[in-house]
Amino acid sequence: MSNVLVCIKRVPDLGGEISLTADAMAVDDSSLGHTVSPHEDCAVELAIQVAKDTGGTATVLTLGSSDAVEQLRNALALGCTAAVLVEADAGAFGPADVAAAIADVVRAHEAAGTSYDLVLLGNDASDTGDFQVGVRLSYLLDRPVVTGVSTLSVSGDRVDVRGSSPDGGTEIFDVALPAVLTVSEGGVEPRYPSIPGRMKAKKIAVEEVVPTHEPAGPGRRRLKLPPLQPSQVEVLGEGPAAAGAVVDLLEKLGVVR
Amino acid sequence: MSPATHAAVLVLVETDGGGATEVSRETLTFVRGLDADVHALVVGDGPSGLVDQLGAYGVSVVHHADGDAFTSYAAAAWAAAVVAAVGDATVVTAAGTPRGNEVLAHVACRLGVTMAANVVEVDSTSPLVVSRQVLGGSALEEIALTDGVAVFSVAGHACDPAEAETSTTPVVHPIDVAVSDADLRARVVRTEPGEPDESGGLKAARVVVGAGRGAGGADGFADLLELTELLDASLGVSRVVTSLGWRPHHEQVGQTGSRVSPDLYVACGISGAIQHWAGMSSSKTILAINTDPDAPMVTKAHYAVIGDLHEIVPAINEELRRRRS
Ligand SMILES: Cc1cc2nc3c(=O)[nH]c(=O)nc-3n(C[C@H](O)[C@H](O)[C@H](O)COP(=O)(O)OP(=O)(O)OC[C@H]3O[C@@H](n4cnc5c(N)ncnc54)[C@H](O)[C@@H]3O)c2cc1C
Repeated sequence: MSNVLVCIKRVPDLGGEISLTADAMAVDDSSLGHTVSPHEDCAVELAIQVAKDTGGTATVLTLGSSDAVEQLRNALALGCTAAVLVEADAGAFGPADVAAAIADVVRAHEAAGTSYDLVLLGNDASDTGDFQVGVRLSYLLDRPVVTGVSTLSVSGDRVDVRGSSPDGGTEIFDVALPAVLTVSEGGVEPRYPSIPGRMKAKKIAVEEVVPTHEPAGPGRRRLKLPPLQPSQVEVLGEGPAAAGAVVDLLEKLGVVR
Repeated sequence: MSPATHAAVLVLVETDGGGATEVSRETLTFVRGLDADVHALVVGDGPSGLVDQLGAYGVSVVHHADGDAFTSYAAAAWAAAVVAAVGDATVVTAAGTPRGNEVLAHVACRLGVTMAANVVEVDSTSPLVVSRQVLGGSALEEIALTDGVAVFSVAGHACDPAEAETSTTPVVHPIDVAVSDADLRARVVRTEPGEPDESGGLKAARVVVGAGRGAGGADGFADLLELTELLDASLGVSRVVTSLGWRPHHEQVGQTGSRVSPDLYVACGISGAIQHWAGMSSSKTILAINTDPDAPMVTKAHYAVIGDLHEIVPAINEELRRRRS
């Protein structure tokens, strides 16, 4: 039986152009929807699979505003069994702060009788792309960590972990539990919530935690958008009639075999 | 030349059969802008000729960590080697690859400092302020690295790799690394080669035919695959295509897929969302085929054809076959 803690983050769902807040410290998300990163969708999927396969539990955690309950409920609807909201202004938390807040929850739950064999996180969040919360958490908890994980399977007190190697192959790790793993998209297909899943999710109480330590912050001075490039596009034509012009271009570029 | 602001910058160099990888050479080029001595760290066996190559990139000291602990990859052991090599370096960098970012995250923990991933610019050297890619590369974050040692990775394509004006003869410095059992708890126990058609070919392709939702379904790829064949290209797809299960994930281009920089990217039925753009924006030439003349992919492309890809792509294929015969 494995207990899994899976950590997710509410991020703006960016479709088109981005605009910044007046102080340039954040993305203006007032007109945007919100989601979690694709990596984290896969982490949630793996957490649910491990819990099902081993008869264990999958607890989903997020650090963020009370709005992030939406993302927690989604994960509950998919099959997570419990949820924790660490209520805080995520923008004031740097990666080391987030790791410290998660470590505090792990320790508090452990003291209350629930320990986690696996802590899963996304490899990097789609907004900040810091690449380090999982590694920092592993140091705080003194547990082994593997990043960029695509699939895993738990047997007994060990976990077999797979991810991409730099040459395009697969690297396999065999790690003792408890461990921290950060997940990259590509190994599993996230499931969709069912209607009964959604109904069940509504009834699960979300545990609310207030972080105790003062965040040091991310060190952000400001965000900048790259200057808009005026469109330079040369339209070769419309419809199939443009085929000749396209092949002329392919020849000019020297890419025709 | 202005006086050196940083005594030395240490670069963790990744290697492949040909020497330092291209992104590591980009990183070596990038850090010369810090106006400091450049030191390199090589872990495990370095390919022959590597030291000369590093000299050509202006490296003055090559730290070398070798031994049993490094025969198979363990990020924590590599980080122990980096920490052992830091010496008087005040900046530690690596390429922003999965490995580079992972090892630097460990290094930052061990040194108790901030780490900035995917830096593309140095805004000032005292204090050290850098800009890093966030939001899939569509925005930059300015961040001050004021801890004793600044740790950051350099984003791919932040600059072109270029040899130094004057090459050096590096001093090779073998280092003793105290690797603990804990550092080897997460260690590669086995590797398996990739499928012949995995993303390796896509990343190296000179021409990539990209396909998005406009392909219309799993059976909408026949003409696109034919174009791929005719151009000796690789197929790359948008995330919509992989998440709908039309094509396998290893073909995905973008923030959470492969990053490609071919001579030509033919984007067929792809809107050009920033997360896709992040993976192919460094293509030399971009040709968009799209029904919507205002799609971001069209307005940002070099060339475009407006219309239905299911009519246009077969016509291009036919024209290619006609000219060939
Ligand atoms: C954290 C995160 C990471 C992401 N990572 C990636 C990533 O790695 N790669 C990626 O691609 N996306 C990624 N996305 C998703 C991205 O935001 C877009 O949703 C996706 O790229 C859109 O794919 P698309 O262009 O194929 O589809 P759409 O946005 O639906 O666009 C389809 C386009 O095809 C055109 N079209 C339709 N029919 C035809 C036709 N018959 N002929 C010609 N043109 C036609 C339309 O005009 C439109 O422009 C990510 C998103 C997030 C939040």
